[in-house]
Amino acid sequence: MTKIELRGVQKFFGAVQVIKDLNLKIDDNEFIVLLGQSGCGKTTTLRAIAGLETIDQGDILIDGKPVQQLKAADRDIAMVFQSFSLYPHMNVYENIAFPLRATRKSRSEIDTEVRSVAKTLQITDLLTKKPSALSGGDMQRVAIGRALVRRPKAMLMDEPIGALDAKLREEMRAEIKRLHIKQGSTSIYVTHDQIEAMSLADRIVIMHEGVLQQVGTPDEVYSHPANLFVAQFVGSPVMNVAEAKVAETGSAASVTVGNAAAGFEFPRALLSKLNGHAGGQLTLGIRPEGVLVRREATDGFLPVETQIVEPLGSFDIVDLKVGSNMLRARTKSGFISGAGEKVYARIDPSQAHFFDAASGKSLGVRL
Amino acid sequence: MAAVRTSSEVAFNRAAIVAVLVVTIIFLAPIYWIASTAFKPRNLATTIPPTVVFQPEISPFVKLFTKRSQLRSPPTPEEYAAAPWWERVVFDGGEKIVRDGKGAVQWSGYPNRFMNSLIVAITSTVLAVGMGTFTAYGFSRFKVKGEADLLFFILSTRMLPPVVVAIPMFLMYRAVGLNDSHLGLIILYTAFNLSFSVWLMKGFIDEIPKEYEEAALVDGYTRMEAFFKIVLPEAATGIAATAVFCFITAWNEYAFALIMTNRRAQTAPPFIPSQVGSGLPDWTVIAAGTFLFLLPVAIFTFLLRNHLLRGMSFGAIRK
Repeated sequence: MTKIELRGVQKFFGAVQVIKDLNLKIDDNEFIVLLGQSGCGKTTTLRAIAGLETIDQGDILIDGKPVQQLKAADRDIAMVFQSFSLYPHMNVYENIAFPLRATRKSRSEIDTEVRSVAKTLQITDLLTKKPSALSGGDMQRVAIGRALVRRPKAMLMDEPIGALDAKLREEMRAEIKRLHIKQGSTSIYVTHDQIEAMSLADRIVIMHEGVLQQVGTPDEVYSHPANLFVAQFVGSPVMNVAEAKVAETGSAASVTVGNAAAGFEFPRALLSKLNGHAGGQLTLGIRPEGVLVRREATDGFLPVETQIVEPLGSFDIVDLKVGSNMLRARTKSGFISGAGEKVYARIDPSQAHFFDAASGKSLGVRL
Repeated sequence: MAAVRTSSEVAFNRAAIVAVLVVTIIFLAPIYWIASTAFKPRNLATTIPPTVVFQPEISPFVKLFTKRSQLRSPPTPEEYAAAPWWERVVFDGGEKIVRDGKGAVQWSGYPNRFMNSLIVAITSTVLAVGMGTFTAYGFSRFKVKGEADLLFFILSTRMLPPVVVAIPMFLMYRAVGLNDSHLGLIILYTAFNLSFSVWLMKGFIDEIPKEYEEAALVDGYTRMEAFFKIVLPEAATGIAATAVFCFITAWNEYAFALIMTNRRAQTAPPFIPSQVGSGLPDWTVIAAGTFLFLLPVAIFTFLLRNHLLRGMSFGAIRK
């Protein structure tokens, strides 16, 4: 049972504020992913929770008790580093046993626990090896084993699989998830890889320039991004974003992208949902799968010209020229043969997002 | 790499090998000279041209460790027969071993001087490397106000030749009663080596990723424990290298030892040539003393050779 709470946390490096008034509640057994670009303050936040970094203001509470004055050793938290940080002069067994030796456990207790963790992680046959003899994936397993063996209140992971190659990353991602389900400890995981975040997290915390942008389940941040930053940071390929004008056209509404000649048809309900913002500066966001493409003229579809086609195996990403803007659409692979084709497109209103162009905030329109 | 080498490359390689051999011979020649003289009979030590082939003798070492006097008359056959082999060797050289009233062999000054050298060199090395490692860790891991200035100050103590301060040091030492004492020499050599040790160790500790300690801190250890359990083993290579250099400096130091000590705490370097002064110089005894004096450094360096040659351990941290 471990709950972690951050209350108004601020952190400066010299004159630079790297964490700006961060508030966050993490529930017991929850798997939280801190997601953001490098330099957004996510690692600093994690290190502050671990006790490796002091904070300048605010509280860090573990199970309701402020811990910001406690040393790292007294917080009962384990951490997996991006560099793994296995002690090179100790073999795998000693590395895993190291945190237990800090406690007053007997030799036989330590042995039992090391072997049980090694069994869980399937590294029993590596116990006598030195870290330098291990592969990346095995080092990472040992690092996780060292973190798990103490049964800490919480597990912190700082891009633990960032240094591995793509295939191994995918395997380890699944393994970390499996372990979390099995062990059920409160976990905080830092990454800049949104696929990792989406696949692992119970809730994703998106940070940008030290400011928390949005907290939500992977589905929430994907389907209902709180602002333009989140909209463009989460999801691959990236969401299309363009200036848009909304107008009333008889029984419906029309959304014109940039300086295009014609607008896309939207339900009339859009006007009321925009709630007075209709005349203002708007930004339309639409994910490539929200751009529907037909080869033949269809009602409500606008004629557009195809530009670059990127075949990605299971699907293609096609650039469509709309006015001077480019909309990227996701199509079946091979659906469009090449550049210069004339096709018909529309925007799926249920997948469209509207943002205030000035502040970047989502207007919360759901059609 | 291309498998084919041009003839000029081959020629260059051969020339390089020859050059290395020549330099090696030049460097080894004095050591050979000392080592061979240490095993020569006295009359062959100073022949011109030098004697290269000879029957090696142990007599210089026997003489080195014992107090001797000139024989006025040769020993009687009974005396000679009753003497142990090492005493006969001395008789053969026209000398006899001095014994006290109870007949116990009188030792020469050499064993004491040798022990003094060991005590002073080992203690000052341990102190200099120990304090240097702590200081270097502090500079490496913490924000120290005026770090660059302090480090420069530490280094600046090496900038003037130590012997320049010999006279003031001697007066100071005499005033506080540190002259001719082990402690005095230990303090002196520790001070010499400390700046060197701080700088060298800082380089090595900077190379140790701080994530290791952070991992240990999170694993439930204090910073001190992390230092001893993680940093020290990781810095072993650096500590070994620094220790070898400090030991060699302290072991070989001559000028201060000559000025600051004369009997009780005198080390081997000023003592060995002082044997020249009494009677006819016996170069074989001096060579034997020098030869034994060379051994500790050679052994110490040999024992630590793996640490000196091994690079920092890689592979355990992924960058």
